[in-house]
Amino acid sequence: MAVPGSETLDLSRAMVLAAPSLADWLVVAPVVIPIIVGAVLLMFRHETKIQAGVAIVGLAAMLISNVLLLSRILDAGPVVMTMGRWLPPFGISFTADVLGASLALTATLVALICALYSISDIGTLGRRYGFYPFLMLMMAGVSGSFLTGDIFNLYVWFEVFLISSFGLLILGSEHRQLDGATKYAILNLIGTTLFLTATALLYGVFGTLNMADIAVKAGNVREGAPLITLAVFFLLAFGMKAAAFPVNFWLPASYHTPRIVTAALFGAILTKIGVYALLRVVVMLFPLERAILSGVIAWVAAATMILGVLGALAQTDIRRALGFLVISSVGNILVGLALGSGEGLAGSIFYTFHSMIVTAALYLLAGTMKGLGGSYSLRSLSGLYAAHPMIAAFALLLMLASAGLPPASGLWPKILLVQASLDAGQGWLAFAVLLSGFLTTVALGRVFILTIWRQHEGEALVEKTSPMFGYVTLGVLAVAVIFMGLYPQPVIDIAENAARGLLDGSLYIDAVFPGGQRP
Amino acid sequence: MEAILAVTVGIFFAVSIYLMLSKHIIRILLGVAIFGNAVNLTIFTTGRVVREVPPIIPEGVTVPPGITANPLPQALILTAIVISFSFFAFLLVLAFRTYQELGTDDTDGMRVAEPKGEELPPLGY
Repeated sequence: MAVPGSETLDLSRAMVLAAPSLADWLVVAPVVIPIIVGAVLLMFRHETKIQAGVAIVGLAAMLISNVLLLSRILDAGPVVMTMGRWLPPFGISFTADVLGASLALTATLVALICALYSISDIGTLGRRYGFYPFLMLMMAGVSGSFLTGDIFNLYVWFEVFLISSFGLLILGSEHRQLDGATKYAILNLIGTTLFLTATALLYGVFGTLNMADIAVKAGNVREGAPLITLAVFFLLAFGMKAAAFPVNFWLPASYHTPRIVTAALFGAILTKIGVYALLRVVVMLFPLERAILSGVIAWVAAATMILGVLGALAQTDIRRALGFLVISSVGNILVGLALGSGEGLAGSIFYTFHSMIVTAALYLLAGTMKGLGGSYSLRSLSGLYAAHPMIAAFALLLMLASAGLPPASGLWPKILLVQASLDAGQGWLAFAVLLSGFLTTVALGRVFILTIWRQHEGEALVEKTSPMFGYVTLGVLAVAVIFMGLYPQPVIDIAENAARGLLDGSLYIDAVFPGGQRP
Repeated sequence: MEAILAVTVGIFFAVSIYLMLSKHIIRILLGVAIFGNAVNLTIFTTGRVVREVPPIIPEGVTVPPGITANPLPQALILTAIVISFSFFAFLLVLAFRTYQELGTDDTDGMRVAEPKGEELPPLGY
């Protein structure tokens, strides 16, 4: 419809007029691919034979797009794509920087490995109930969370992966799953609703939801606005999602109940999204408030890592012990958030990469051990070294990685975190990191001694399932763990680059508002 | 108007937190539903309540003639309502299934996943 006078309108002040270049579509590819594949899988829900193959192809495509996206960002800085053609801050901007893209890449890698393992772990019934569609839609939510540049959109992606994770968690409807899922679902829903409350108050203060726009305006409104309250609100909401003490009790109640491959996905990826959101919102948007709160965050970090690993020491079921170790690893990551220095944040980000891969590997190891020895219990699982020396090698490597000992990947992030704590004059925090590492060695060392070295009594071990998928997937993850342990420099570079991007938001802001046209 | 809404939001939050502190799943769920509505009202209030015309630009001009109402809170609330409603529906079914299978809706009695008095790991072999 022609409106009189519309010829003179300068639309370029309000709208994106040029079509985005083909390379820019990379930003949304990690979200679009899993949604499309998930929808296709949902349509062919009863074709249980093709489900796994299609999902693996989809995840591989996601992985490739993530690699391309990260390499482009490392070359040319953050990539932005704005929805609906409205210029930011009105259109929703997908903004991928080094932190988001590298975490999305690691998460996709872990999901791909888990999908490979799931071929042996998820039976026909699980496929009919929609394991693979749920997996793909969860990954869409995960990628969206890592790549979006709008805080309300972040909330929406949180809900996308949350509802898919409910589906994965109760797959099978066993009694213990229903029990665990009820606690997981209610407490996580409360957590995300708290996040929404914080977002509402943030909107009331800033009048905008675009993160780059908020970062620009934070300096101006600081005088009269209750930003410290907002920061605490976000800390609580994301801390709940990340399973930080004292709001972590939903995790050990639920993470040992689903199929082992689902537990691996959850333990590796979902808590780390809470950590990512903490880094993004608290460090980038509220730097001064984070500095004021750093003492509180340091205590939360120390309590999370020590109490987490103490919980692991008290467990007989390997899966439950691993759930507590996930909490402990979140505590380690929060150390960098408490310190707020470039080195500390780099340590946290490196630890996040390491923790994603090692947590998934530990759960898959537990699943493979169950397949070989028939139990998850430390009381009955035994004699694996004599029967399967291969599994002993994987277990040893992952124990070293999780405890932070060479030659595995856990060493370097711990060195960065300890060094950063000492530089900041927080010797006790460095001690807490080392103590949690020591206790992790004890907890996993005991698992190793009891399940692998202990002689098996009674009838001989009968292989329940072929360990082939377990060995292949553990092999891929072990290569990543050893690579990061022996040649950490590329990963440290990426982590430091990501930390710089968080501390100095100018690259992120300039990418959203090119040419200095900040509102 | 904001003051009245703020008090209402406060009452909603108080009621929802009181209900969520209960041991019974059904009360917790009612609390969650009210919690969602409390947040929706918060978004509505923080978007500033003004008695203004809808943000529609009349024919022949390129900018709105005066102050218009803020359309964004409605969009946010609509999204949040859809999400919280679907979650509530899912949680109701989940809670009902749990009640059917476990025979209790008391969270203290729901110890299937974390049984009481579980054996500690062996100290040696």
